[in-house]
Amino acid sequence: MSVKTLKINGVDIAIEEGATVLQAARQAGVPIPTLCHLDGVHDVGACRLCLVEVSGTRKLLPACVTEVAEGMEVQTNTPKLQEYRRMTVELLFSEGNHVCSVCVANGNCELQDVAIQVGMDHSRFTYRFPDRAVDISHPQFGIDHNRCILCTRCVRVCDEIEGAHVWDVAQRGAACYIVSGLNQPWGEVDACTSCGKCVDACPTGAIFRKGSTTGEKERDRAKLDFLVTAREKHEWTR
Amino acid sequence: MDLTELLDVGEAHRAAQKATRVHCCTSTGCRAASAMEVFKNLKTAVQDAGLEAEVEVVGVGCMGFCGRGPLVQIDPQQALYEEVKPEEATSIIDTLQGGTTPALKGDLQHPFFARQVKIVRQHSGKVDPESIEDYISVGGYRSLYKAIYEMSPGEVVDEIIASGIRGRGGGGYPTGLKWATVAKMPGDQKYVICNGDEGDPGAFMDRSVLESDPHLVLEGMAIAGYAIGANHGFIYVRAEYPLAIQRLQKAIQQAKKYGLLGSQIFDSPFDFKVDIRIGAGAFVCGEETALIQSIQGGRGNPIPRPPYPAQSGLWQCPTLINNVETLANISTIIREGGAWYASIGTDKSKGTKIFALTGKIRNNGLIEVPMGITLREIVEEMGGGVPDGEVKAVQTGGPSGGCIPASLLDTPVDYDSLVAIGSMMGSGGMVVMDQDTNMVEVAQFYMEFCRGETCGKCVPCRTGTVQLYALLTKLLKRQATQADLAKLESLCHMVQETSLCGLGISAPNPILSTLRYFNEEYQELLQPPAYLNGKVGHGQVTVSQ
Repeated sequence: MSVKTLKINGVDIAIEEGATVLQAARQAGVPIPTLCHLDGVHDVGACRLCLVEVSGTRKLLPACVTEVAEGMEVQTNTPKLQEYRRMTVELLFSEGNHVCSVCVANGNCELQDVAIQVGMDHSRFTYRFPDRAVDISHPQFGIDHNRCILCTRCVRVCDEIEGAHVWDVAQRGAACYIVSGLNQPWGEVDACTSCGKCVDACPTGAIFRKGSTTGEKERDRAKLDFLVTAREKHEWTR
Repeated sequence: MDLTELLDVGEAHRAAQKATRVHCCTSTGCRAASAMEVFKNLKTAVQDAGLEAEVEVVGVGCMGFCGRGPLVQIDPQQALYEEVKPEEATSIIDTLQGGTTPALKGDLQHPFFARQVKIVRQHSGKVDPESIEDYISVGGYRSLYKAIYEMSPGEVVDEIIASGIRGRGGGGYPTGLKWATVAKMPGDQKYVICNGDEGDPGAFMDRSVLESDPHLVLEGMAIAGYAIGANHGFIYVRAEYPLAIQRLQKAIQQAKKYGLLGSQIFDSPFDFKVDIRIGAGAFVCGEETALIQSIQGGRGNPIPRPPYPAQSGLWQCPTLINNVETLANISTIIREGGAWYASIGTDKSKGTKIFALTGKIRNNGLIEVPMGITLREIVEEMGGGVPDGEVKAVQTGGPSGGCIPASLLDTPVDYDSLVAIGSMMGSGGMVVMDQDTNMVEVAQFYMEFCRGETCGKCVPCRTGTVQLYALLTKLLKRQATQADLAKLESLCHMVQETSLCGLGISAPNPILSTLRYFNEEYQELLQPPAYLNGKVGHGQVTVSQ
């Protein structure tokens, strides 16, 4: 296997031929934000967060689908890229209804992480407050389209790993949404194996396990008993 | 079929033609102005006058002057009639016997016609698009024969390279280079795709070519197939072009019958079949990777390039994808030679280009002009200028292009000059605007179009276009501030630089070009309307005491 050498932010890196710039950067510990990239499924280059500058081309190239080349010089964090990344995240926040405080994924959300990473504390663009649906027809899972960023990780993971292809994208442009089956409620889609891979793949709180949302939290009453007993009788057993 | 048989078909067809041919346009534009009734009445009139022996009425494709349709031209007399009404048919036929007609007489010496150089449209309006014999009689399929029997595939590619032709879909990539790349790719299975998903507002060049001369495109595809080693071609036509689809279907059937498409073309080992794929209404499917996804039966979403279709296209095979107009040039280039073609046009833009001249202009229609002609010549001489008033701007390149101000009308029309002034050649839409046009509204119109047509895959295009549209709307409501204007501009650059495909990359062009040339119209919208005498602030309406 032949090896390519390149520079990322001035640091020399050697990596096997065919690897992407993103892989090279991760190997070298250079952080590049991503949202649509997911290890194990093919890359679509859709979120545009991983765009980098490469010497010799004026175009910004998505690191996730750009193969390394000998002598390549990559810049991952120029002021222009920082500004564009921040704008991209602002556009995502203005597009959906992302309310961290009532979200199942709060504190464990890649959109939130990226917002912190790019230093976005508010959106300069008008929040659109779209009217979106929540589908909780599936016995175990739910999808809240308000939190969806259309990264299509669920589509790819279901198609490429589970082989069920329950998910796809319907409509176009601003009207796009993730659709299950033949535009049926998720719970009615026979193809769904309830494997839960889409839940694991989803970067935000859009696809979630039932019982873990704020509204559907299952109360663990036994815990209260345990706490009272522990405090009054010093017995720490359940 | 061999060459003698091909020539015999043409000869026999010419011999059977009547001395006088009454050409009536039966394409979409004229049909909308009841051309089919005119056509029917002309036929009846010939019968009634007992002239069937020497006069034939032929339904033909587009003659170009679409704004004055339906058009009827009598040859060899070269008598052109415009805006023909069905009831005028009888009197038009009467003129052949010395009668007179109230029908509006056209002037073929007018610059609109006289300044055109017709390569792609050479048979348009002269041959019956539904008759392969008509096409063969004017030399059709001779170039295909020449390519197969007198040239090697490499020589065909070299001829295209020598011609200097660049892609007519808008990007302007050198066609010969594309062909050479696909030809060099390894693999037994390759494809040719003809991109007929024309969708720019105000553009109808490809529709006209497909409706007027479908065999010219098929011949170009077959030559391309021979040159790159492909045995299968697809024509992707948008569903909104039913007549083009119908005529293409007929043309493919006829060509198959004559052995000019299918197996062993001209009894050679070269096979080439053509299938039609009909679009489902998405503008973005004109983007080559989205088009390929659509042919494969997938969602019409663009995918990142590289790999380019030349390397890995339809079903991961090397694929040549060219626009309708590009492929319609091929037959003539092979017949006349690349050097001949390269003698037309400018240094870096060779040949001719068809434009759909529309908007506030006297002479609406399709024109084919040599590259390098100035916008002023097109708009003022050929187009006759604005009916009452002056030109304010010319929009070229549709939603991907820009608005060129009247002060730059002397710019030559070629790929690089148009890009240098912030617009682009695009597929050939040319919309003329007069002084009454509000340029911010124009930008808003194109952004509304892009907002509705973005596939939604990448973030900047999906949601950036929505925000750009909202900012323009805010401006037009006079609710915007200087900060909004700055935001508009920076978002334009962001969408341009970060979008995945050409749609998003070029979507901000109408805004950026109007910001550049008509900035005062944006600034004016930041002020309270003049009739309020500066009494109120932004967005507020207060009643004065």
